[in-house]
Amino acid sequence: MASLDDLKKRIASVKSTQKITKAMKMVAAAKLRRAQESAEKGRPYSEKMNNVILNLSNGISDKENAPKLLSGTGQEKTHLCVVMTSDRGLCGGFNSNIIKKAKSYFARILDEGKELKIITVGSKGNDQLKRVYGDKIIENISFKESKNANYFDADKVGKMVIEKFVAGEFDVCTIFYNQFKNVITQIPQAQQIIPLNNEGEENSSEESYEFEPDEDEILSNLLPKNISTQIFKAMLENSASEQGSRMSAMDNATRNAGEMVDKLTIEYNRSRQAAITKELIEIISGAESL
Amino acid sequence: MSEEFKVEIVNPEKSFLVKDDVSEVVVPAFEGEMGILKDHISIISFLKPGIIKILSKSGDENYYVEDGIVEFKNNNLSILTSTIFNLADMDKSKQQDLLKQAEEEANKTDINDQSKYLADQKVEVLKTLN
Repeated sequence: MASLDDLKKRIASVKSTQKITKAMKMVAAAKLRRAQESAEKGRPYSEKMNNVILNLSNGISDKENAPKLLSGTGQEKTHLCVVMTSDRGLCGGFNSNIIKKAKSYFARILDEGKELKIITVGSKGNDQLKRVYGDKIIENISFKESKNANYFDADKVGKMVIEKFVAGEFDVCTIFYNQFKNVITQIPQAQQIIPLNNEGEENSSEESYEFEPDEDEILSNLLPKNISTQIFKAMLENSASEQGSRMSAMDNATRNAGEMVDKLTIEYNRSRQAAITKELIEIISGAESL
Repeated sequence: MSEEFKVEIVNPEKSFLVKDDVSEVVVPAFEGEMGILKDHISIISFLKPGIIKILSKSGDENYYVEDGIVEFKNNNLSILTSTIFNLADMDKSKQQDLLKQAEEEANKTDINDQSKYLADQKVEVLKTLN
């Protein structure tokens, strides 16, 4: 059995860990509220953007010559995957869930004999992926300096993706992120952004629009923006998910630490009593033998 | 019959402005300024750098935008933009900052004609704000 001193030290160390996890939980809770708010505020923009593009692509006259960002390059040889994770750890299964989703997708792509390229956003994803897919990672971006997800950062990623697309480096682009449902549930998502996937979304309104200038020109202006918008949406969802995930992970950790302290305290008291009893017995039997 | 319609301006971060008593909106569309009144035909267009004027009963407002898309449908005007500033909040130093940025961009030599045109537009509009 551990000595009294050891037990005392362990109790103290678990208690201080508990303090840290408790503080982290509080911080995450405060940040979560803000992140959740901005995720919700950001939704109208991406929804409206999607709507406009849907209307446009339905109205487009010449499907053959549609912009490549919409219709694709006509082949599916090279896949680009943008895996978006956090820069910081201690957030439960947040990062591993995205990675798991991404890895199963990678395996499928490679099984089909297609080429795979990866861009990681956030250092945690890079850390986990580089062991297995190190040679596939072509770019690693991290926004450690930015406090909150902002459009400027998303635009940088978006522009990079488009540049690579224009240069013909890939045919299909998918982004991986966690969609925020509530504090305990985050759903890892794989969303294809190039070519734009509009299947299953029939345009209900038959209304025809007037376009100024013509559809093609608007589309070619709009599509690159849409890429950045989708990435920005993913970033917002991700940051809300990260905080939610961290909050529940830290809540669990705090509770577990509490249980551990209780258990250790009982053990400590037992061994203290045992020591006292032992000493008493020694004294009594010493007195008796006189 | 009222001659008012609804306008909504959204930027990526949030819904920037919602107003439902607007009588006229003038937007800097790509092919020239465009005034929108109630019962305008459904239209989609995109913006170049310029000033959005919103005329309404509760007062007129002016906004500076750098880019964006307008969609008008069923007397609902949606403006999607990534950079927008209320002119009422714009002070000298901010305007100078933006102007400097725009000039830098316009003086780049490695950009294509369209970006060059847009950057020139930015400079022009910002100068008129003086």
